[in-house]
Amino acid sequence: MPIEFEAPKPVAQAQFMLKTVGEEMMRPRSRYYDEHEHEIPWDYIEFMHMAMKASGGSSLAPRENGNKGEEKDKRPPIGYQVMATQIEALAYGDLGMYHCLPGGGLGAAAVHAAGSPEQKAKFLDRFHGDKPIFAAMCITEPGAGSDNSAIRTRAMLDEKTNEWVINGEKIFVTGGDKSFSEYQKLGRGFIVVWATIDPTAGRGGMRAFVVEGGTPGVRIVKLEHKLGIRCSDTAAISLVDARVPFENILGSPTVEKSTTGFKGAMATFDATRPLVAASGIGVARAALEFLKEKLAENGVQIRYGLPRQKLTSIERDVIDMEIMLKSGWLMVLKAVWLADNKKPNALESSMSKVRAGDVGPRITQKVVEILGPIGYSREFLAEKWFRDAKITDIYEGTGQINRLVVARQILGYSGSELR
Amino acid sequence: MYSFDPTEEQQMLIDAVKKYAANDLRPAAHEAEEGHELPKKLINKGWELGLLQASMPEGYGGFGERSAVTGALALEEMAFGDLAGTLAVLTPGLFATPILLAGSEEQKQTYLPKVIAGDWSHYTSALIEYTFDFDPNDLTTTAQLDGDGYILHGSKAYVPFAKNAEAILVYANLNGQTQGFIAPQGAAGFRTADEREQLMSLNALPLYRVQLDHVKVPASNRLGGASGHDFDLILASMRVANAALAVGVANAAFEYSKNYAKEREAFGVKIAQKQAIAFMLAEMRTEIESIRLLTWEAAWKLDNRREDAINEAYLASTGAADMVMTVTDRAVQILGGHGYIREHPVEMWMRNGRGFATFTGLAIV
Repeated sequence: MPIEFEAPKPVAQAQFMLKTVGEEMMRPRSRYYDEHEHEIPWDYIEFMHMAMKASGGSSLAPRENGNKGEEKDKRPPIGYQVMATQIEALAYGDLGMYHCLPGGGLGAAAVHAAGSPEQKAKFLDRFHGDKPIFAAMCITEPGAGSDNSAIRTRAMLDEKTNEWVINGEKIFVTGGDKSFSEYQKLGRGFIVVWATIDPTAGRGGMRAFVVEGGTPGVRIVKLEHKLGIRCSDTAAISLVDARVPFENILGSPTVEKSTTGFKGAMATFDATRPLVAASGIGVARAALEFLKEKLAENGVQIRYGLPRQKLTSIERDVIDMEIMLKSGWLMVLKAVWLADNKKPNALESSMSKVRAGDVGPRITQKVVEILGPIGYSREFLAEKWFRDAKITDIYEGTGQINRLVVARQILGYSGSELR
Repeated sequence: MYSFDPTEEQQMLIDAVKKYAANDLRPAAHEAEEGHELPKKLINKGWELGLLQASMPEGYGGFGERSAVTGALALEEMAFGDLAGTLAVLTPGLFATPILLAGSEEQKQTYLPKVIAGDWSHYTSALIEYTFDFDPNDLTTTAQLDGDGYILHGSKAYVPFAKNAEAILVYANLNGQTQGFIAPQGAAGFRTADEREQLMSLNALPLYRVQLDHVKVPASNRLGGASGHDFDLILASMRVANAALAVGVANAAFEYSKNYAKEREAFGVKIAQKQAIAFMLAEMRTEIESIRLLTWEAAWKLDNRREDAINEAYLASTGAADMVMTVTDRAVQILGGHGYIREHPVEMWMRNGRGFATFTGLAIV
């Protein structure tokens, strides 16, 4: 395939459909759920689940056996490209509500990246059922954020019952409540808990465990109150002697000298970082479009094509923002295109996240600034997008961690060579 | 479909250009800049890569088809070697490509075979003017219809190889619109300055001011013939070229400073092992990639005649001018005092870098 920028049909369709969803289904509810933190937008969740089932698009969980038709006609796979497009469009609607979209999220992504075929069948098929279901990823701990090799949650094998016994504390679990707690309107979800099976083995001892919703010993301790994306629950979870079946471990149950288990977690991020980047681009686009609308209403035209020195300050800002937005989106596209084509994308993936992590906050900050009192007012959503967008430079690896990953890639350095 | 892979043919071209950039342009760059001269042999060798020839159809003596994407890929690789050398090699294209894009059939037949046959030859074009507030869509050089021809009046600047040029494509303001006119050398009232432009960089490239004192050209010399042409497409193609060249220069600065940082030691480690340096490099690489992709997309949209191609080319070129300034500045910073010394090329790239806000009109894809 030569260099080409034509959106494949499914991508174009997703863009078109989800724009309506964003504007009709999400935006009218944005303000309410921003101001009613931790209320669950059931009508939206149920509508989205139905709509996604009906459109055959299923949820955002990557599907193990759904791609056979595609292989047959030999078209290049575009699964991640479609996903990135969907996420960008949903985040354009509302970043917080996007996180309330039923589906596997990062939990399923971890199973997808590090699970066996049996595990994938067992844990991923449920997302295509009648009831909406959530899954979440639990990595961060009070004492281990970006440095997730410092994880202290411990999993020990009880040989008598052949179960893993997990103890520890997890925080910042996106969707943890909806994934773990029992709600009548939801099917049974799960959380993927990262723990060590051998604290002396460092990263080599790190494994992920699928912990089914409602497992005894696991408790949602608290839901965080946040700057933005308030519609998305962020849970603190404690695990006290929580027992999970032996076969729920993702990857090998024995400790080798290698760090494959840890790399499993990192592989998840290679796949999901550009998707998170896509969400940053989506919020930024929402803000920029709103700004342009307001400028047009007030008779301010952007004179594209003029040399720099002839532009007004606002024109320069808008043009700079468009450059950031478009080029940021292309970086996402390239990263997911590589993933679809099974090519290594660790560099592109982290670069897209670095870029989007800058673009989202910078654009939303600038939009609020330019709009002045209108931008700062809660009467409009610009101030909310400003608060929402900041998270995209933090979660799934802060901008700084991703710079470190990019730097190691381009310099050919290991973690110990560039700390 | 989205795809980011060059075709096999493009890859072969990229490889050939890369080789020329690394083995010929780069080693000659320092001396050319300091000595204000590019060896003729160097230019000829670049010409023989056949970039322009391959962008012209057989009917006009070429052996291919023009593609802005291919052009962008090639320019990026060539500018990685040296910007001044690249612009010299590309100069005949400044004359020929607009004729291919917008010329009348007669103009194509008359000029294209002449330009592309044989060796690199003196054909060029004049867009830039030495004015405050220069805007390619609002030129001060004027064209006026006068009987069976046009009177061109005004002055042009930064015209590569204007001296001894066989013909120059001059852009002038015709009733508020920018239009191209083919002016043969030696036309009455046409004067090329004796002295070359003295700029902050591009010392190796012979650039001249040109005076047009009521120069009369036949009506048939108006680009596109009697009805003229659309300047937007030409300008957009220049902007894509500008952006691609900026990516090449930025990439040169990035690679050089990266390699330096991996060699240079301070406090017992390589400076690249310090996050302050490593993060700069990570950001440079990220910014280069973002503008590279935007440039490719603009080129692709030009090739596919998308409605927003003109605007996208503008965004790519505007973004590229900022990006290359930032990246080359950081490259100098990474080398520290050594970056400020002319023995290392980064200071030259930094001088190149600032020019991209001004260079539109010095190359076209």
